[in-house]
Amino acid sequence: MAETLLSVRGLHAGYHDLKVLRGVDLDIAEGAVVAVLGGNGAGKTTLNKTLSGLLRPESGEIVFDGRRIDGESAAAIVSVGLIHVPEGRKLYPDMSVRENLELGAYKRGRPARARTLEHVLAVFPRLRERLSQRAGTLSGGEQQMVAIGRGLMGQPRLLILDEPSLGLAPRLVDEMFELIRRLNRDGTTILLVEQNVMQSLEIADIAHVMEHGALTLSGPARMLAEDSALAKAYLGM
Amino acid sequence: MLTPDILAAAVVNGLTTGAVYALIAVGLTLVYGVLHIVNFAHGAILAAAMFAAYFAFQYGVDPYVALAPLAVVFFGLGYAAQRLVIGPASHGEDRNVLLVTLGLSIVIENLLLAAFSSDTRSINTTYGFATIRLGPLFVSLPKAIGFGVSCAVGMTLWALLNYTDIGKAIRAVAKERMGARLVGIDPPHVFAVTFGLSAACLAIAACVLLPVYYVDPRVGEAYVLIAFTIVVLGGMGSIAGAMVGGLLIGVVESLSGLLLGDSLGQLGIYLIFILVLLLRPRGLFGATA
Ligand SMILES: Nc1ncnc2c1ncn2[C@@H]1O[C@H](COP(=O)(O)OP(=O)(O)OP(=O)(O)O)[C@@H](O)[C@H]1O
Ligand SMILES: [Mg+2]
Repeated sequence: MAETLLSVRGLHAGYHDLKVLRGVDLDIAEGAVVAVLGGNGAGKTTLNKTLSGLLRPESGEIVFDGRRIDGESAAAIVSVGLIHVPEGRKLYPDMSVRENLELGAYKRGRPARARTLEHVLAVFPRLRERLSQRAGTLSGGEQQMVAIGRGLMGQPRLLILDEPSLGLAPRLVDEMFELIRRLNRDGTTILLVEQNVMQSLEIADIAHVMEHGALTLSGPARMLAEDSALAKAYLGM
Repeated sequence: MLTPDILAAAVVNGLTTGAVYALIAVGLTLVYGVLHIVNFAHGAILAAAMFAAYFAFQYGVDPYVALAPLAVVFFGLGYAAQRLVIGPASHGEDRNVLLVTLGLSIVIENLLLAAFSSDTRSINTTYGFATIRLGPLFVSLPKAIGFGVSCAVGMTLWALLNYTDIGKAIRAVAKERMGARLVGIDPPHVFAVTFGLSAACLAIAACVLLPVYYVDPRVGEAYVLIAFTIVVLGGMGSIAGAMVGGLLIGVVESLSGLLLGDSLGQLGIYLIFILVLLLRPRGLFGATA
């Protein structure tokens, strides 16, 4: 059994008066791909934001690599290697692709940057010829590559991907899932939030279904994929 | 008679004045671009910096010598003002930031009035009326220095924003706060650095202005009105726009003073202002999207 990289217990979080997460428990083993599925507004993005420190938890515990990180600043959480690639990319539109990628290594030492950048360009060869192009002028698929590339520049131990296939053409969606598989093979633990249920279940080890701010169904991804009754009931398929 | 020499002299004079206008406008546009607010305390900070330079001179420190230390001190003051007062007092609401800077300007201005009264003061330097020769023209030495310093500061700021980590962080926060936090940038720190840089530019402007202009607690108001015109003209938030706009306004003011007389000189500024905005509503260097 692999070490537990992330462990979440009784996590509550929300926005002002709006309670969104109501007691999330989640474990992610080192080296795993864990999928969190669920309908619109279930609280998946809120979970990601809380894990990465963009949102302060109201209560509960988040332990990453043996260390409490709930209540820590987003910057401190990036430093320990929990990197969140957000829904909607959130690139710096006026800055070049190179600058967007390099800022991903903001909390990493300068010497490592050139090497990490080479690694990211090996993963996304298409970005190499676009390094000096403004990120805001890229196609949607290219922007998603920059967003993931920027995440990789932070040398993640856990990479959170929030709807990476959203808005991509079907061929690119396949490429995206292939990429996630490859990143995982290279040693990155992945928390994948997706609307694309079947493909996510194919590449995930463990899957969870989120409803109304709690994980209501969990299990090996293959079992969830095969249990069509569950899939219908929980995932509306 | 309008000879080419007189026209050339007016243009050069306008460029030297305009460069200092640009230096004042650069901080205003930087803060606008990053914090998305107009800093109403800008003029009061300039007045405070001019008083600081004035008193440094009373203790025998030339403004050009005081320039670097005052820039550092005002960077610190600006950083602290944003981090400890403006930021916390505004609770993340841009509208409140505006009001807090307005309050800050009233406080600074009244402190200056209480301490120094509304008297107008100026300093006498050995070089105040010195000139340098530029071909057929004679240019005031302190104004030439002001031009050189302002251009150097403008270029330094540009390089800082484009080539340093903190500069890139500033640009990232300006356009995408959440995206900036996701890579570990701390926006409150970036806001404070931005405010500090703006105050440092004002301190430098104060030091190059003092040998040629007077100071009183309200001196900032006139400059800020022009600076704001430059910021809008250049494109809100654009550093290059503020630099070019500042030079342009300086030359227009100087030429229209020459052609229309001193009392109508300012008219030229607003004619150009309206003309540019009619043709390019987002300003010379404003984003088109
Ligand atoms: N910044 C915010 N302020 C207030 N409420 C928010 C905010 N962001 C999300 N919410 C609310 O929180 C709830 C959960 O939203 P969240 O974005 O976490 O859902 P999600 O599962 O990611 O949905 P989707 O699949 O549509 O991305 C929703 O009801 C949403 O309206
Ligand atoms: Mg979401």
